[in-house]
Amino acid sequence: MITASLVHAPSHADTGFWSTYVFSTDHKTIGKQYLGLGVLWTVVGGLLAGGMRWQLAWPDTALPVVGEIGPEVFNMMVTMHGTIMVFFVAMPILLGAFGNFLIPLMIGARDMIFPRLNMLSVWTFTVASVVMLSSFFVPGGAASAGWTGYPPLSARPEYTGVHWGLNLWILGLALEFASFLMGGVNYLTTAIALRAPGMTFFRMPLVVWQQLVASTLFLLSVGPLIAGAVMLLLDRTLGTAFYASDLGGDPLLWQHLFWFFGHPEVYVVLLPALGFVLEVLPVFSRKPIFGYRWIIWATLVAGALSFIVWAHHMFISGMDPRLAMPFSVTTILISVPFAYIVFAMIATLWRGSISFDVPMLWALGFLTMFIVGGLTGIFNGSAPADIYINNTYFVVAHFHYTLFSAVVFGGFAGLYFWFPKMFGRMLGRPLGHLHFWLTLVFFNVTFFPQHHLGLAGMVRRVANPLQYDALVPLQWLNVLSTWGAFGLLAAQAALVANVVWSVRAGARAPGNPWDANTLEWSAASPPPHLNWGPSAPMVYRGPYDYSVPGARADWHSQDAGPGRTSALGARS
Amino acid sequence: MSTRADVQGLPAGLTGPKLAVWWFLASEIMVFGGLIASYLVFRLGGPGWAEASQHLSVTFAAVNTLVLLTSSYTVVRAFVAAERGDIGGLRINLGLTVLGGLLFLGIKALEYTTEIRAGFTPGSGIFWSFYYTMTGLHGLHVLGGVVLNVVVLVAARSSLEHVHRVELAGLYWHFVDVVWIFLFPLLYLS
Amino acid sequence: MLNWLRWLPENASTYGADVDGVIAIIWYTTLVWFFLTFGTLGAFLVLYRRRPGRAAAHVRGERLREAAWILVPVAVVLVLDLWLDFRGAPVWAKVKIERPPAELTVQVTGRQFNWEVVYPGADGRFGTADDKPFIDELHVPVNRPVRVVLKSRDVIHSFFLPNFRLKQDAVPGRDIEGWFQATKPGKYELPCAMLCGFGHSGMKAYLYVHPEAEYDAWAAEQRS
Repeated sequence: MITASLVHAPSHADTGFWSTYVFSTDHKTIGKQYLGLGVLWTVVGGLLAGGMRWQLAWPDTALPVVGEIGPEVFNMMVTMHGTIMVFFVAMPILLGAFGNFLIPLMIGARDMIFPRLNMLSVWTFTVASVVMLSSFFVPGGAASAGWTGYPPLSARPEYTGVHWGLNLWILGLALEFASFLMGGVNYLTTAIALRAPGMTFFRMPLVVWQQLVASTLFLLSVGPLIAGAVMLLLDRTLGTAFYASDLGGDPLLWQHLFWFFGHPEVYVVLLPALGFVLEVLPVFSRKPIFGYRWIIWATLVAGALSFIVWAHHMFISGMDPRLAMPFSVTTILISVPFAYIVFAMIATLWRGSISFDVPMLWALGFLTMFIVGGLTGIFNGSAPADIYINNTYFVVAHFHYTLFSAVVFGGFAGLYFWFPKMFGRMLGRPLGHLHFWLTLVFFNVTFFPQHHLGLAGMVRRVANPLQYDALVPLQWLNVLSTWGAFGLLAAQAALVANVVWSVRAGARAPGNPWDANTLEWSAASPPPHLNWGPSAPMVYRGPYDYSVPGARADWHSQDAGPGRTSALGARS
Repeated sequence: MSTRADVQGLPAGLTGPKLAVWWFLASEIMVFGGLIASYLVFRLGGPGWAEASQHLSVTFAAVNTLVLLTSSYTVVRAFVAAERGDIGGLRINLGLTVLGGLLFLGIKALEYTTEIRAGFTPGSGIFWSFYYTMTGLHGLHVLGGVVLNVVVLVAARSSLEHVHRVELAGLYWHFVDVVWIFLFPLLYLS
Repeated sequence: MLNWLRWLPENASTYGADVDGVIAIIWYTTLVWFFLTFGTLGAFLVLYRRRPGRAAAHVRGERLREAAWILVPVAVVLVLDLWLDFRGAPVWAKVKIERPPAELTVQVTGRQFNWEVVYPGADGRFGTADDKPFIDELHVPVNRPVRVVLKSRDVIHSFFLPNFRLKQDAVPGRDIEGWFQATKPGKYELPCAMLCGFGHSGMKAYLYVHPEAEYDAWAAEQRS
């Protein structure tokens, strides 16, 4: 049997400030760095959203501080909000932060298999952030062709008036892709190679499975977009012909390349969040997750299917209309594995012993809001229905219900659940409850009316709804949505207050505050450098031995030796 | 620090770094795959392509193909030498591989110069856009491979400690070669 | 407020009712699933909340007997999904693939930031001296099929007639055909539905649907 190498774990005093906090190769620190960067970008993306919503509710009123928003600036806000939220908030937080922090701990490893590559990946992401941020400050401003960047609008600077901003947008994205490719390679190789003895693939927690499938999806789907982005940059700078129909090119080429990536990408964002919820539900129901292996197969099927649905974003694009029905069929099929997973989540609660701790509230919030988002997906996936709702606010409502569920409800489920492990303190419960309920209510106030606006025919990316006769009597919906957005943004103050207070003065977290089975709870809170002290875990069972009849406790840690419930205190 | 002693999930012969290189190559295959698929769709869809490709030099490209294939052979020999502990053989063969890469890039530069002088730039139309982008991106990867091989070569000057890196660099080099094997017929021969 | 179908604007086209029909099927089906899932979830949260002395049941859900409770609803989802596609396919074909013979063909070219409309004139051919151009207005007779040829001068625009349930992107370098048949006279908004630059917001034309006689009079007036 292989025992972990005995290494003297250097303390902070040994290694100094810079290598402990800035140039760290420790996966836990790198995870927190991703988290910090993601939070900074959330503020930017959130402020952009607030500004957009103000403009939509009161188009003829200047914003406070910022002043009047003209249509060029509005387009830039729309574009950067989308780009930032997907690539600089969702991915660094869900994949970068939680993936990094959790994967080695949950498989019983001491760190990622390539710690220096890990450090390079977060630094590449930092450079990507600098590049993307700088695009706001160059002459001509930031990219304004939508987060989807369709040419010819994006391919010729004269169509947007944006020169360097769009080039930097492409470069920033390319660096972000490189960062997550490095991360993905690290996650996959680590999970395959560094599992502790006894940690077979089918004893790995679903959190790890979801991170791995998400990483694989990203790894295999981003290539064509990298090709497309190179082509776009060359069209802009060298006058190549890729997307220029007058030179023999085709604007639709971009759409195919973009969405071939774009659809798997939404699952890259969703799956990690699904993982968090799939972890939280069993812990707070004291029951195994329902159908562990089936969920894994469903995830793999969904991942595979995600590569053959992309043209449902292109039904109206001018592509051969005979392609619409095949893609409509594959799209509607992809709802099947997700239906399984949703039903399995509900079934996990059946005959459970449910406690409504804050992480559980967020998990239930995810489940309910994701069901709504998933159901509206059926409308979008049907080609004839999409003739009408494509590019309207109905689509905006759909993707906010699904993505927000993932990033916010799923992300906060993860944050509240693993905060004690990451920072060694418990987050306060009353503020946690307040944060959840305010977010849930204001989220729905913001986005539910957008279904109605879309059905009424409001198109996307318009700066002034009052320019359309049909929308003038419905402006109250836009105003309602905006008040919801302001409430949603304000509600996050509860989290900020909670974190600030808890990190200083919150109750110190025990090793396993939730009586959970997975390996990270056998390490200290927070775990020391190299995670496990002198001896790494031995794994004896899967992660879902909750409420086993006849057991001493209603939980049973994965690494607890015979006759023990937990390994805490057994190894030191 | 995790050492190879901790690794217990891998089958025999597969190391962590090797697995990582394969994952990386999978993503690279998708990049070039995206370019090649786009090229093919255009090719099969529109007229006038055969005309443009007449202006390419099949001779240059054929020589380059030979050069790359030979350098793939020498990198295998370098690996074999490394396995046997033959530092001299390793250095010679790796050196030949590097030279092969540089020769490839030199010939490519010559080609580009000839074509540009004849008035064919990336903006000269959709065929030329693809030609320059695909071969240019491939050329950048060749350059990267040359740098990688030089680094491994320098490290191997004195000791065999990191000799497993020859295999990794060789894997990457084969990939670069295989991409060219696709580009050559697609661009020059059809 | 709660019935989403009531939020669709007035329908003034022949196939609009078919598109609305597909939306309606989806609406009712998803509504049922919504109540089933939320209802079950709500019931479980109430019934199985933590109570002292009552332990959770150790159910893994992996054996077929247990998994069947989920596999059966999933199979129902699959069947309903496929049925939906089956019902939707003819509607898609009607709007996007079939081309009923049309006496009137109009060329509509999107540009930053207007719709350029061209009628072929008396000779029925485009590109001749008697072509009649308009900016941001389109006139058609009621109850007659009209063919539209969509083009673009610069970027991608999108031709959207909410009241007709018709949308089609206009792509530079392509001529894309669409068609519609109006059922009610009136004035209908025709917004651009694809981000096309700083003037995207507010880029719209108007479609005027005239009763037969009124249209003939309008056409005659244009010829003189």
